[in-house]
Amino acid sequence: MSKVRVLVGTHKGAFILSSDGKRKNWEVSGPFFAGWEIYHMKGSPADPNRIYASQNSGWFGQIIQRSSDGGKTWETPGGEKMPAGPEPPAGASNKFVYDVSPESGKPLTTHQWYDGTQHLWEFKRVWHLEPSLTDPDTVYAGVEDAALFKSTNGAKTWQELAGLRGHGTGPKWSPGAGGMGLHTILLDPKNPKRMYIAISAAGAFRTDDGGNTWKPINKGLKSNYIPNPEAETGHCVHRIALHKSRPDVLFMQKHWDVLRTDNAGDQWTEVSGNLPTDFGFVIDVHAHEPETIYVVPIKSDSEHFPIDGKLQVYRSRAGGNEWEALTKGLPQRDCYVNVLRDAMAIDSLDSCGIYFGTTGGQVYASADAGDTWAPIVQNLPAVFSVEVQTLP
Amino acid sequence: MIRVVLPAHLRTLAQVDGEVQVEVPGEATARSVLDALEACYPVLRGTIRDHVTLERRPFLRYFVCAEDWSLEPPDMKLPEAVASGAEPFFVIGAIAGGQEPPGRRFAGPDTSQNAPVKLHNGFGRV
Repeated sequence: MSKVRVLVGTHKGAFILSSDGKRKNWEVSGPFFAGWEIYHMKGSPADPNRIYASQNSGWFGQIIQRSSDGGKTWETPGGEKMPAGPEPPAGASNKFVYDVSPESGKPLTTHQWYDGTQHLWEFKRVWHLEPSLTDPDTVYAGVEDAALFKSTNGAKTWQELAGLRGHGTGPKWSPGAGGMGLHTILLDPKNPKRMYIAISAAGAFRTDDGGNTWKPINKGLKSNYIPNPEAETGHCVHRIALHKSRPDVLFMQKHWDVLRTDNAGDQWTEVSGNLPTDFGFVIDVHAHEPETIYVVPIKSDSEHFPIDGKLQVYRSRAGGNEWEALTKGLPQRDCYVNVLRDAMAIDSLDSCGIYFGTTGGQVYASADAGDTWAPIVQNLPAVFSVEVQTLP
Repeated sequence: MIRVVLPAHLRTLAQVDGEVQVEVPGEATARSVLDALEACYPVLRGTIRDHVTLERRPFLRYFVCAEDWSLEPPDMKLPEAVASGAEPFFVIGAIAGGQEPPGRRFAGPDTSQNAPVKLHNGFGRV
């Protein structure tokens, strides 16, 4: 019987929630890396036992953790005591150095600051880790200040894909309220050269040559809070999702507005429809129904909680515009939590499972595509990220 | 051997209990002590000093012989008591708040597992 493993990153450590395919009884393990912020954990599609985690602290900076046994034990790649040899460099798994060489791009060192002046690009943390679809040792990292890094040796060392920052609009990028993070990395399952990324508050970008060159894909986005609402960049994209069967169709939760594109980002169309508010952070796609999508409406950008204290997931079975509220099993009073951008995940069992975590420390699961919900855990630290692995 | 006391989170990361002892070739300075520490425990690279500039991370402090050594030049010779191993070299995660009784000087933190470290009011506010 199939199993699921839910990887939860929180403000004070990581947790792993495991269940069989029924998804009724759960085993909770953790906290791993207790006391540290775990921005994201994700397993390799090519080897489910390989899991990467981004561990961070305001005091001690960035750490990358790696498991090769499904999260039972962890190591810092290349961080072993007294390494035997110099190659690859020891202790470099947390070394994210921006590429400013003329050979690999433009020596871009500054971006736009809140006051319009130029500000030094400074590494702060890894927001998102995206393992390769085919190689367990290849993994991408989206970082703050926004840049994309790649490792091909199991996260022992990292190299920036500098063509993203250097493609031309980089000096105009500016941080959102939460910083200037590259938070979404989508790998095209049908075209290994194509990749999508999204940055707050720069927008969405696409490469068609494996990361060497990039272009903004923000046409159709309209953001009334920026000087030119239809600018090429500057949009606060919160999250993008795709279905593996149709990687040219993307769904976006922007700061305000839910949108879709049917041509790989060349043109976006708003599909907020009858949502009670189209502000939010997460968006995801049903595992078997490419036109069924999920969002969690949040009241506004100044009130990061559900409307009227009622936690509701909204589902559209039409790829947007027509939405239904999913409430069974979710708190319908006095609930004032947020659901952050990386905190929703979808399993691929026959009866599709949906998971999301809240800043109040709850992780909710639905084993019936959202019709009914139940909490797996209720009192974790604030949840930053949720990913799920469907295991044989 | 030079004794180094790390914050609890870094002891966990380096998988050590209590103090760490490192062999420092040549003169004992903050730089040479941290170089030796990072050579022994590569996992600590980037957690105390920046990977590239080797500057101290903003919310960490160095203490030796009850003195804040954080702002001293990294190549300044450490006191003989540290070089001889009589006193440890402290790496401390700065926290805000707290004030010592008048006339009492900071005498080093409790290094027991997870013990909070309270610094002079004004040290390394976060």
